[in-house]
Amino acid sequence: MEKTKERFSLKGAKAKYDVFMSDTQFVNDRKRWASNIKAFILGLFKAIIIIGTCYVVLGPVIGIVARSFFSDADNYNTMVYMIPQEPTLERYDVAIKFLDYLPTAGKSILYSVSLMLIQVMICSMVGYGFARYKFPLKGLLFACVVVMIVIPTHTIMLPLYMTFANFDVFGIIKLIKGSTVNLLSTPVPVYIMTLFGCGLRSGLYIYIFNQFFRGLPKEIEEAAFVDGAGTWYTYFRIMLINAMPSVITVAIFSMVWQYNDTFMAKLFLVSDDLVISKKIGGIADSISTSMKEYDPKILELYTNAGIVLMMLPIIIIYIALQKHFIEGVERSGIVG
Amino acid sequence: MKKKMSLTTKRSITGLLFILPWLIGFLWFYARSLFMSVQYSLSYMEVKPGGGYTLDFVGFENYLYAFSGHGQFKQILTTSVMDMLIDVPLITFFSLFMAMLLNKKFRGRTLARAIFFLPVLLNSEAIVDTMDATRALLAGGISSSSTEVLEAASSSGVSIDYYIQMFDSLGLPMGVLEYVTGAISRISEIINASGVQIIIFIAALQSISPAMYEVAKIEGATAYETFWKVTFPMVMPHIITNVVYTVVDSFTNSEVVDLAYRVIFKEYNYGLGSAMSLISTIITCLILVLVCRFIQKRTFYYN
Repeated sequence: MEKTKERFSLKGAKAKYDVFMSDTQFVNDRKRWASNIKAFILGLFKAIIIIGTCYVVLGPVIGIVARSFFSDADNYNTMVYMIPQEPTLERYDVAIKFLDYLPTAGKSILYSVSLMLIQVMICSMVGYGFARYKFPLKGLLFACVVVMIVIPTHTIMLPLYMTFANFDVFGIIKLIKGSTVNLLSTPVPVYIMTLFGCGLRSGLYIYIFNQFFRGLPKEIEEAAFVDGAGTWYTYFRIMLINAMPSVITVAIFSMVWQYNDTFMAKLFLVSDDLVISKKIGGIADSISTSMKEYDPKILELYTNAGIVLMMLPIIIIYIALQKHFIEGVERSGIVG
Repeated sequence: MKKKMSLTTKRSITGLLFILPWLIGFLWFYARSLFMSVQYSLSYMEVKPGGGYTLDFVGFENYLYAFSGHGQFKQILTTSVMDMLIDVPLITFFSLFMAMLLNKKFRGRTLARAIFFLPVLLNSEAIVDTMDATRALLAGGISSSSTEVLEAASSSGVSIDYYIQMFDSLGLPMGVLEYVTGAISRISEIINASGVQIIIFIAALQSISPAMYEVAKIEGATAYETFWKVTFPMVMPHIITNVVYTVVDSFTNSEVVDLAYRVIFKEYNYGLGSAMSLISTIITCLILVLVCRFIQKRTFYYN
């Protein structure tokens, strides 16, 4: 008797459980809960990864900015990690004086902007030529563009140095002046190379423009041609306007990289006053000799202030154009 | 009387006019310089005080000396190449992973993308050096070399050796362990080197038609399957672009280049320096060709 009762009650529990489990309302609730928790955990993981990566990128930048306000006492105080106890602007004062900041930054920006304009003009033309016209040996010539991207300028630095140390165009200059010209320690070599499509990373820019122009519909040009527009008019007034995303991308890349570049500047001995990124490398030494400050830790604080000053224009440009820039990179032909 | 040209000739002349500036520049600066580089590397070169120089042909002596006589070259070359080979797959997969994260909509996405792209714009030599110094000072898990990570870990009371031993006793091969610990200790380097690659992958992901994902979902594919059967094959062609970019980038910043620069402009050994840069360039090109072949065979082209 007792046994059956127990079995009965067990059966009842099972039945109750079945009803309980098949209650659609409850099942839906449970599923929603489970998926909510899953989404929450996944989101948490994503957030941790993204925030962590952002910290790795931003950490040193924040550190540099913070340390540029350190006074001597803060530097020697091991308890100070990020926020200075006695902040000082002296580092900026000295760095501005030694960098000759405003004129140098102005000249650097002018230098990079002028090179950027040439870069955009020449590279877009070449990219357009490769994208839209058929001519003999086109495949081979485009392979040369790829070679230019792949082989870094470092491989040919010595011949370039020699070329510009004894600069001559088919012996014409020697004929007129009696000797070859030494163009080193002027910015002329950089301008000449950029003008002939061999500047800093020109190959990459040509590639980007080529990809973008290939993606534009041919009908645009055909319409222009039928309406009687000449080749150059079509190119400048129609194609270049249509290629705005890639123009913006190349413009920013070219300007910022030129501003940052020390390789070309060092190779051709371009004056420090034109290239702030080169001048900043020597700032610690010149402060050390003229201010009799020999502690490398303190000198580093001055360098930090200088670096902040140097980064400032880039950051401003980036924040101003950020939206256009990332969209431009995505839409322009950087993707093969 | 002028003979009228056909439209095709006319167009090809216009095309040549468009690329003319670059063509002159390429022949003048690149082709000629490459030839001169080879010439320098095969000779003993002396620069005369008034400008100009003399070349004495010595055959392959500079190449032989670079490998057998020079103290550092072999070692620096191998470490540079090994670093490159380790970094390339790491950067490629990390940037693909990050691109997939950043491609989804979430709050602060624009900000995150802007931050990820920052290292590309702050790539100046001086900035990078100062950042490395600051990283070492801050320690907190973002230092750039493995010894610093170990130091930071020991100062914070975590014994990395203990974990390494633990995994070792699980029977994982030592090579894999070393690769993983190496990868983790390089994390900041990898993040800083993958800005452009992330953007390229984001663009690639956005070009995949949503219809494909819809089909996969209707057919009942899991997220895992969707990734391997839809996303991965579709971004495959862009992996080559990224690999090429990464290899060239890491070569340009490698120590071999610095060494060649030092040998040429500080030690004035022109022939040897040219030989060194040519050797490293040839090795990089070989790696590029091999890797591209390897990937291309496995690549699926949608159209």
